Order: sequence, then C-alpha cells, then structure tokens
Amino acid sequence: MRVTVRLFARLRDIAGAGELERPIAPGATIASVWRDLAREYPDFAQYERSISSAVNLDYARMDRAIADGDEIAFLPPVSGG
Amino acid sequence: MNPPLLGIGPAPLALAPLVQAIAAGARDQGAVVSFLGLVRDHNVGRRVQHIVYDAYEPLAIKAFERIAAEIAGRWPAARLALHHRTGRLEIGEASVAIVVATAHRAEAYAACRYAIERVKQIAPVWKHEYFEGGDVWIEGATADPDDQAARADAERVACA
Repeated sequence: MRVTVRLFARLRDIAGAGELERPIAPGATIASVWRDLAREYPDFAQYERSISSAVNLDYARMDRAIADGDEIAFLPPVSGG
Repeated sequence: MNPPLLGIGPAPLALAPLVQAIAAGARDQGAVVSFLGLVRDHNVGRRVQHIVYDAYEPLAIKAFERIAAEIAGRWPAARLALHHRTGRLEIGEASVAIVVATAHRAEAYAACRYAIERVKQIAPVWKHEYFEGGDVWIEGATADPDDQAARADAERVACA
C-alpha cells in the first residue's frame, strides 16, 4: 500500500520536494505517516504541534486512518491574504 | 462572461469583473462591498522586495466554498466572490480580491471583513517573503476550519 504525500511552503523546502510517495502499513494514520517523515527529515519536528493535515482534499485530524492511494497533505501554519 | 465567483491562480486580480459577477445576480441585495489586499513594501521592520505565494489550490477552493457557506448562513442574502493570487507578486500588486453583496450596507461591510479574516485563518496559502537581507516563510494560523473559537474571533472582529 502506498500514499502520496503533499508538502507546502517551508515543509517542501525542508524535504526538497512537494510530492512524495511513501509505503504505508495496515492501520496507518496521518500521524504515523508524519512520524515516519519526521524521522526522515528531523527539521519537521518543530512543526509537530502546529501543522494541519488533509486527506483527499478534506481537512482531517491526525488520528484519521488512511488507505492505499490516499493523498495526504501536511500544511504548516497558513499566511494567505 | 462573468468569472467564477471563487478562484485561485497566477493571473493578476481585478475587482471590476468580480463586482459585475456579484451584481449580475442581485435581487435581494442592496449593498456591495469590496476588498483588495496588496503587497506592502515593509513588514515587521523588514524592507520587502516581493512575495511568492504558495497554495494547495484545490483545497483552497474548498476553503473558499466553506467561507461562502458560512457567510450565507450568517448574513441574509449574502453572496461572496473571492479570488487569491499565487506565484511572484511585486510591491503594490493585489494578492486577494473579495466582493460581498448583502441586503444592507452594514452587513456587507461585516461579511467582507469576516471573509478576509477567515482566509487568513483557514485558506491553505503561504507567503514566502523576500526582503532586503534574506527571505522567510510567513507562518500565521494553524488551519482548522472546525475551530469554533477562531470562527468566533473572525465574527467578533467583523462585527466590531
């Protein structure tokens, strides 16, 4: 099972890519995908308490279960306007 | 042909077509208020040179739809047009254009203010500010459309 991860703003800069493909295990949640990324990119840790997330173009909580093919987005604090 | 009421992308913004689009369908509406946000040449003591806007565009459109629904539920006969620009913007260029129509003028001013406050709270859009001496991603609110306290804040500011 695989998901697409979308990263924006500074998270994209840290990872060096705006879109990643990552394998997921059964029972994976948004939070477990985030933890894996934070191991890969230690600078993500500072966003632990301030990110938002979305699954398939809907804002979603970190404990939300995810499935094969989902698009998971991690959003640092926003600054539009 | 009138533009779609909600939009996001790299094209320069213009208020007039949005005003026309909102006014075109007006029956119960007696007031239209517009807002244009511009790139300013200074920010917290920094001399800003330009800003590059990043966005998760399809989710931004859904956030704008949500703001439109919130406004329609809060102010009688309210209609919203809202466009946000992405990419590189120079000083003085418009980053966001908002047009609101409601039955009466006080509601139109309030709903327009509410719309920009909600954009700043929940739209997945980011400013990358380039200033004299460096650049920085601006990070404001943790986006959570279901945060009722944030929504109440926006309403309080709008109706003050």
